[in-house]
Amino acid sequence: MIRLLAAGLAALALAGSAVAAAPPRQADLEAEIVCPTCKTTLDMSTSPIAARMKTFIRVRIAAGDSAEQIKAQLVDQFGPAVLAEPPKRGFDLLAWLLPLAALAVGIVVVGALAWTWSRRRDSGVEAREPDLDPDLERRVDEELARYED
Amino acid sequence: MTGRARTVGQIFAIGAVALLLVLLGWKLAHNSGGVADDLAKGKHPAAPAFELSRLDAADGKLSLADLKGKPVIVNFWASWCIPCKDEAPALQKTYEKYRAQGLTVIGIDAQDFRGDAKGFTKRFGVTYPIVYDGSGSTLGKWGVTGFPETFFVDRQGRLVGERIQGGIDTERNKAAYAEGVQAALGQAQ
Repeated sequence: MIRLLAAGLAALALAGSAVAAAPPRQADLEAEIVCPTCKTTLDMSTSPIAARMKTFIRVRIAAGDSAEQIKAQLVDQFGPAVLAEPPKRGFDLLAWLLPLAALAVGIVVVGALAWTWSRRRDSGVEAREPDLDPDLERRVDEELARYED
Repeated sequence: MTGRARTVGQIFAIGAVALLLVLLGWKLAHNSGGVADDLAKGKHPAAPAFELSRLDAADGKLSLADLKGKPVIVNFWASWCIPCKDEAPALQKTYEKYRAQGLTVIGIDAQDFRGDAKGFTKRFGVTYPIVYDGSGSTLGKWGVTGFPETFFVDRQGRLVGERIQGGIDTERNKAAYAEGVQAALGQAQ
């Protein structure tokens, strides 16, 4: 049993390292890099510089570079705006955090408004139940009794 | 919702809309066509400053301020641009012809691979200074909308002549280019 478990763990470790060492895919990188002249991702662009960048990516993948290495080389040539997604560090981290913060604030605001409105509706129902005038109540009872007879 | 909360909400909403309007105004004011727009209106704005690394020396930089007092032709190009290949010999010829009069040609290679640009200058025998602007950081200030584009700067650092869009050696641009060179030299007819 222990041998079986050890063999399973070893197989998992091998599979993990194989995934980590898998070469980057051309299509993935083309979707993550922006053409500097047309401002769309490479996979959406047919401009001459986009074609040249696609060739560059193909050559670097064949040379064994990782996705991060290829992106770093493109950033070195064209600046950080060449990345479709801003890096998750430094000032650029704000681009990731601000939408989440805005979402959290939105949830809190909507929740607070919903709570306030529900409270107002509840208090409104109570307010719409005025005490019936005793004389009117007596007359209503009499009329109802007459119809029941 | 209480009256006070409603008032606060309304003030917040109006403030948010006002902020968005201010941002829109700022964006419109700063998203103009650069100095090219002023030049098209007949004005002679100061040429936007730049300091960029030289293509032929990784650590060397060149700025427009370094050429103060000299007439300059500023040419925006990229190695993947076909009209840039066509006009390169004509630019080189201008540089050689007027160099003795102090005129300099600066090529700003933008949105390009540095290695490709080096190959381009070697292939076309370019000897005038080339600076590298891979990210295209200078394009907005100058109002460049495509490659190639050429501007003329006089000895006072002002833009003169016309902005040439497309190859300088085309039939459409030949006359404007010749006039621009003379205007930069201070010999406008």
